[in-house]
Amino acid sequence: MGKKILLANDHIEGIRFLDTYRKHGGYASLEKALKSMTPEQIVEEVKTSGLRGRGGAGFPTGMKWSFLAKPEGVPRYVVCNADESEPGTFKDRYLMERIPHLLIEGMILSSYALGAKTSYIYIRGEYFYVARILEQAIDEAYAAGLLGKNILNSGFDLDLYVQIGAGAYICGEETALLESLEGKRGNPRIKPPFPAIAGLYGCPTVVNNVETIAAVVPIVNEGGAAYAAIGVGNSKGTKLISASGHINKPGVYEIELGVPVEEFIYSDEYCGGIRNGKKLKAVVAGGSSVPILPTELILNTAAGEPRLMSYESLGDGGFATGTMLGSGGFIVMDEDTSIVKNLYTFARFYHHESCGQCSPCREGTGWMEKILHKILHGHGTLADVDLLWDIQSKIEGKTICPLGEAAAWPVAAAIRHFRKEFEDFIRNGEHVNDVKHYYRLNNLTALIN
Amino acid sequence: MSEKTILKFSDETAAIATKIVARYPEGRHKSALIPLLHLAQAEFDGWLSVPAMDCVAEFLSIQPIEAYEVASFYSMFNLKPVGKCTLEVCRTSSCWLSGAEDIVRHLEKKLGIKEGQTTADGMFTLKTVECLGSCGTAPMLQCGGDYYENLTLEKTDKLVDSLRAEGKARVYTNDNPVNID
Ligand SMILES: Cc1cc2nc3c(=O)[nH]c(=O)nc-3n(C[C@H](O)[C@H](O)[C@H](O)COP(=O)(O)O)c2cc1C
Ligand code: SF4
Ligand code: FES
Repeated sequence: MGKKILLANDHIEGIRFLDTYRKHGGYASLEKALKSMTPEQIVEEVKTSGLRGRGGAGFPTGMKWSFLAKPEGVPRYVVCNADESEPGTFKDRYLMERIPHLLIEGMILSSYALGAKTSYIYIRGEYFYVARILEQAIDEAYAAGLLGKNILNSGFDLDLYVQIGAGAYICGEETALLESLEGKRGNPRIKPPFPAIAGLYGCPTVVNNVETIAAVVPIVNEGGAAYAAIGVGNSKGTKLISASGHINKPGVYEIELGVPVEEFIYSDEYCGGIRNGKKLKAVVAGGSSVPILPTELILNTAAGEPRLMSYESLGDGGFATGTMLGSGGFIVMDEDTSIVKNLYTFARFYHHESCGQCSPCREGTGWMEKILHKILHGHGTLADVDLLWDIQSKIEGKTICPLGEAAAWPVAAAIRHFRKEFEDFIRNGEHVNDVKHYYRLNNLTALIN
Repeated sequence: MSEKTILKFSDETAAIATKIVARYPEGRHKSALIPLLHLAQAEFDGWLSVPAMDCVAEFLSIQPIEAYEVASFYSMFNLKPVGKCTLEVCRTSSCWLSGAEDIVRHLEKKLGIKEGQTTADGMFTLKTVECLGSCGTAPMLQCGGDYYENLTLEKTDKLVDSLRAEGKARVYTNDNPVNID
């Protein structure tokens, strides 16, 4: 069994409520931090832990925290990103629904470490019932003196609020989230300035994912070095993986970073293999935005090494033969899956979610959706595949926020690895199930060069 | 010319709205706009008419246009009337891989409407939506703030029948969490 630190207690009955949570060691980190640690020491422990942002980009959390500006007399904010809208990702919901106090404890620690006196959890509007669960837990925490004035007699004050969104993937992008929290449309801001300098209400702000903030709890409890001892390379600690698609056991799994992908897919501890005895065809390993990989390349790197569930190993080979850990949204597709059709659901998603500020994203996403729609309905031409490639290549690096890239990468990767399937679909006007034709290892050299 | 309709929050809703406004620093009350639009939608028949948005703008002392431009950006705000129960079926990858299309087609047949339409009796609106963070329990649909997961055609039938019998969408509260299965 892998080591669990966030979800170690997720199956204990009543863990959602404060008394049970405390009985199992809950809020011990807060007592420790407020009684024996300075805010700077907590930031140091987080740096030592090697924790990287769990929202998708994997930026080192300790470093992000040390960038926070601290001008005299200006409030600072900690904002938790609970927008979780990347298709294939549902781990934050699981964590908040099961163990809301873990997030709240992490929020209090982070706010103390960063000097925030008011903090917000911004949660997607569709998670309405999860927001209720969080609010109930926050009420319990206030009543127990864990929030509000003079927390645990330490002199530290904190107010924590849940803010609900209203349906917009783009509000997961941190500057769009801040706009939304200010009561505006979720249009991403031009950076710089980064939120660490000018964030919420123009004040220095740290935005972190739910899982990132929850991980601060074990880091304070056990020390940064203990956290850093888990994992592999620069992928420290554990990661929550949302596993879905054609597997026997979909769900949220906490893994030690570095578990082999093959073990993750086939072992009974995790996904339990492919449903209905089918063969694996492809995996989107880190949420809809990351490149899809065919079986051969998700199980092994181009060099033939077993692929591991870590930032480095999944990234090995760049986009030519690798992908990204991203948010950990692991979508598995069996041999009968139409890659073209799956890609269409992604293209439609990004078109729907583009905020429309930048023309390459607004127009490009619409155009890609249209072409895929045309192919799916039997009206595609072989030139359409090149056109799709051309459009996606003109988005990357030319937009205000990374949604443009998030829309382009899946298209690029599907064509890169499954071009033959697009062509067969176009020739026959429908999905052709011919697994043999797709990607083969002996084509690798041709692909890389 | 008919007189301009004016809507006001009930006292109960106004009290909740006042509490929400107090969450933000001095002068930043506009932050309450999205939560208040949700309140207005819940209070005024499940959609945001112009008078409903005006009511929120007035409450926050902001220009009506500020409320309109936000309401029109977010997909959860309905700018047209909807049925008493809006069935929102997720159509993105993981749900599609698990048969979401069959659920939509089945609902279209059962309700006698197409996606995006409302039944003549005003009971159901059928919508498809993007990933709702329930991909591990796909296919799924949302109705009235609740999630219905691991759907099958039979389960979908049962849900529709029970909602019809109850006459409205269920609302989640912590004292009365709706059983998802
Ligand atoms: C289009 C887009 C959507 C995003 N959605 C989310 C999200 O739902 N949740 C999240 O934590 N981060 C999301 N991010 C990443 C955030 O911008 C930000 O990097 C993250 O919240 C930082 O927290 P972390 O360092 O703890 O990961 C998204 C980014 C983009 C560009
Ligand atoms: S890249 Fe797309 S989503 Fe991001 S700011 Fe530009 S138009 Fe909006
Ligand atoms: S794809 Fe349907 S809930 Fe995520």
